Amino acid sequence: MALISQEEAKKILDKVLSFSKADEMSVSLNGARSSNIRYALNTVSSGGEADNMSLLITAGLGKRSGSATINEFDDRALERTVRRAEEIARLAPENPEYMPMLGPQKYLETPTYSENTAKIDAEYRSQVAFDSVDLCEQKNLTAAGYLQDSTGFSAIANSKGLFGYNRSTLADFSVTVRTADSKGSGYVTRDFTDISKLNARETTNIAVQKAMASTNARSIEPGKYTVILEPTAMSTLLQSMMSGMDTRLADEGRSFLSKKGGGTRLGEKLIDERITIYSDPANSDAPSEPFSGAGNRLAAMSFLGGGGVGDGRPLEKVMWFDKGVVKNMSYSRFWADKKGVKATPPSSGFIMEGGNQSLADMTKSTDKGILVTRLWYVRMVDPQTLLQTGLTRDGTFYIENGQIKFPVKNFRFNESAVIVLNNIESLGAPVRMNGNMIPPVKARDFTFTSLSDAI
Amino acid sequence: MEPGLDTSIKKRLADAALHSATAKGATYADVRINRYLNQYVMTREDKVQNIINTESFGVGIRVIANGCWGFAAIGNTQSEEDVAKTAEKAVAFAKAHAKLLKKPVQLAPQKGFGEVSWKSTVKKNSFDIPVKEKTDLLLAVNAAAMANGANFVNSVLFMINEQKYFASTDGSYIDQDVHRIWPNFTVTAVDKASGLVATRDSLSAPMGMSYDYLQTAPSDRVGGVTTRYNKGYDMLEDVTAAAKQAKQKLKAKSVEAGKYDLVLDPSHTYLTIHESVGHATELDRVLGYEANLAGTSFATIDKWKSKSFNYGSKDVNFFADKTQPGSLGEVGWDDEGVKTKQWDIIKDGILVNYQAIRDQVHMLGETESQGCAYGDSWSVTQFQRMANISLAPGKDRLTVDEMIKDVKKGIYIIGDGSYSIDQQRYNFQFGGQLFYEIKDGQIVGMLRDVAYQSNTQEFWNSCVKICDERDYRLGGTFFDGKGQPVQINSVSHGSSTARFNGVNVLNTSRKI
Repeated sequence: MALISQEEAKKILDKVLSFSKADEMSVSLNGARSSNIRYALNTVSSGGEADNMSLLITAGLGKRSGSATINEFDDRALERTVRRAEEIARLAPENPEYMPMLGPQKYLETPTYSENTAKIDAEYRSQVAFDSVDLCEQKNLTAAGYLQDSTGFSAIANSKGLFGYNRSTLADFSVTVRTADSKGSGYVTRDFTDISKLNARETTNIAVQKAMASTNARSIEPGKYTVILEPTAMSTLLQSMMSGMDTRLADEGRSFLSKKGGGTRLGEKLIDERITIYSDPANSDAPSEPFSGAGNRLAAMSFLGGGGVGDGRPLEKVMWFDKGVVKNMSYSRFWADKKGVKATPPSSGFIMEGGNQSLADMTKSTDKGILVTRLWYVRMVDPQTLLQTGLTRDGTFYIENGQIKFPVKNFRFNESAVIVLNNIESLGAPVRMNGNMIPPVKARDFTFTSLSDAI
Repeated sequence: MEPGLDTSIKKRLADAALHSATAKGATYADVRINRYLNQYVMTREDKVQNIINTESFGVGIRVIANGCWGFAAIGNTQSEEDVAKTAEKAVAFAKAHAKLLKKPVQLAPQKGFGEVSWKSTVKKNSFDIPVKEKTDLLLAVNAAAMANGANFVNSVLFMINEQKYFASTDGSYIDQDVHRIWPNFTVTAVDKASGLVATRDSLSAPMGMSYDYLQTAPSDRVGGVTTRYNKGYDMLEDVTAAAKQAKQKLKAKSVEAGKYDLVLDPSHTYLTIHESVGHATELDRVLGYEANLAGTSFATIDKWKSKSFNYGSKDVNFFADKTQPGSLGEVGWDDEGVKTKQWDIIKDGILVNYQAIRDQVHMLGETESQGCAYGDSWSVTQFQRMANISLAPGKDRLTVDEMIKDVKKGIYIIGDGSYSIDQQRYNFQFGGQLFYEIKDGQIVGMLRDVAYQSNTQEFWNSCVKICDERDYRLGGTFFDGKGQPVQINSVSHGSSTARFNGVNVLNTSRKI
């Protein structure tokens, strides 16, 4: 039910729009079948499937607007929800920043769908879990892992003739492997559009090696260290920066992209010249939705009721940081109109270019440093400086004279992604991580502020 | 808003699911037929940015077959045939996954309650209040912020109604109507010349209440260095103070890093309790079921069994309570049909219990679940979620002023800020909204760039004084995240103002 064709989606959206009495109306429809298996202590703990579709309707009356969602699709429910959105709009005060809806748009073809992922079943998921657990049991280790796959679509339309449809699949696999005495822990995560790229046994083996190598960690003094951040760690550190590219916030003086005294840092070299970050929905390794407002397919399942809240702007290739220079920033349509510039929407994923250093090369060239597998519970401390705090987890190792010497206790860090990207020593080849492409990064002077006993 | 399905229809659907599951070989089944209504009203300065009403209805079915859990869910159906097929699917998942099972699920016995119901106490249903009343309130709040010196203000009303129907093969048919509300804002002051920015978030708490929370009785106001609130919240009054305080924060002294005695207001402490006690005593984490994401816990079974693990000082008592009126976790029955209750977690500083559900309590040698099961949607399986975990007030009479009078070098922290804790709940770091420097028993001014870092056991053992029950208030969060797929849970944490000696404080200012 949740994966309907472009024609079927258009039929529903057209029907919704036909009920409209508003000046203008936009509709987004998201559906997904999402299945999972979860295991812990080397045994299955839960698993199943959910199937849902959700509709978001926004009514515009002059400069007033209102939105309502529903996951029922009979005519009565659809009309009732249209009326509800219109009623909210009627009762809302005028919003001087309201922008008229867009007309028809052209969207990129993006390779977000794989039949291989769409067709997997409970047996397949069980086999993934078995392969992962079996390897761990053979080595007297304990696995806790999760495989989730979803197959779904997003469709948007409005009363001005805009229409977009995109179908997609996603598979996420992660496993934490712990030693029997709980003194070592390792982690690995991979995500795919096409699940046939997953080899559960080989992937789990990465976490196995980290778990076994991380037992009996030693304490070393917190302070500033050269770090090698594996892509899993780097991805976490970059999220806030890449979701904070909004121009208005910077113009208002409350972003890391604000210029002292007013304005933004657009056009300035903010980070090391070896850093280039762009987004490209058509990227074959990490494709993403082609329009803003596609919503998160999984959000259709969430308590928020799902539905995208974007406006149907096309998502295209955008350069954000070119050789360290802030090349583009994102705009709401209102702010772009006010500034008289193109309304570049925020990206739905990003690609950080890398270098040619392997993790082994990076280690070999390090006199004294720390190899970090994963960062955990990373939270913003100061949005002006992008100072974040968080901890290392599941495989933290001390490097001396070009060699990994011993595992170390986890650290809390307080550091800014901008500072890390200014302190670059070298970069490796990007890999897909949480829908983005991220390289391993070696950087100097990373600030660890305390030790944690957590394993 | 149209009413949800009549309970007679829900019962018919539930019976179809339960019969189908047992006919296919399930030894236990439960079904949740839930409708979720949310409304968000979002504004900035003089503009209403968005008003969204959401509605989601569906059926989630959980079964045990071949000793293994299975789950399947279907959105938007009133068809007995659909739910019967979904139940079959849940059984098929259980059987497919059972091949990996080491030990069959052991479910604590639970008597059926027949057809029963429970409702949040609601005098003014948020969903009956006209949208205009809500936008008028928020625009007045924003105008007050701007008139008092704010450069920017965002304010939000977030209202939730969960209409939950639970039925199980134990013979329960439980209909519950749960309401929650969270009015909140962020005021921003900017000094463009220096580039400094200060924000002050609302001191409201999300509550298990409806629009009643926005009615303030005189007894709901807590005086002192700034007004705080108890069971009623005055948003207009709070934002007026916030705008002035955001400007003061721009000129506040940057803290000198070092050891301080901390005096923590309940609007702040709730989050420290949540992270360092609430999560650490969830039994699924302790056992390893959450190892892959949320993590495990330092509060291991051997520490509990020893009956001598000093989680905190002897004055520290924590209790779990799913019945606290107006709290976010308050319900009549949990999502496994267990009647909710109160129990001790830490008694006189010693770890004495955990939070558990039906398939876990046998591991504690108990035969009755504590009623901590919750699923955030019909589309996901329920599992162990945090109950309201609260710090009991001090037994001796003590006011905040009396507490501060004894502090030589300290910081008084109000409101929640940045937060982070490790995956076993040892090392944490917290910020706040308002930081007041205490010197020789007096508040001498405001500080900024403050965060404290500590270790859970060390921190709760440094708790030397707790104000009495007159100061007891709830804080809470809508966004307690756990599980794969991640689910959110709403939970409150009560406390009175408490003092902690010799805590490590950092200065968080940086230059980029």
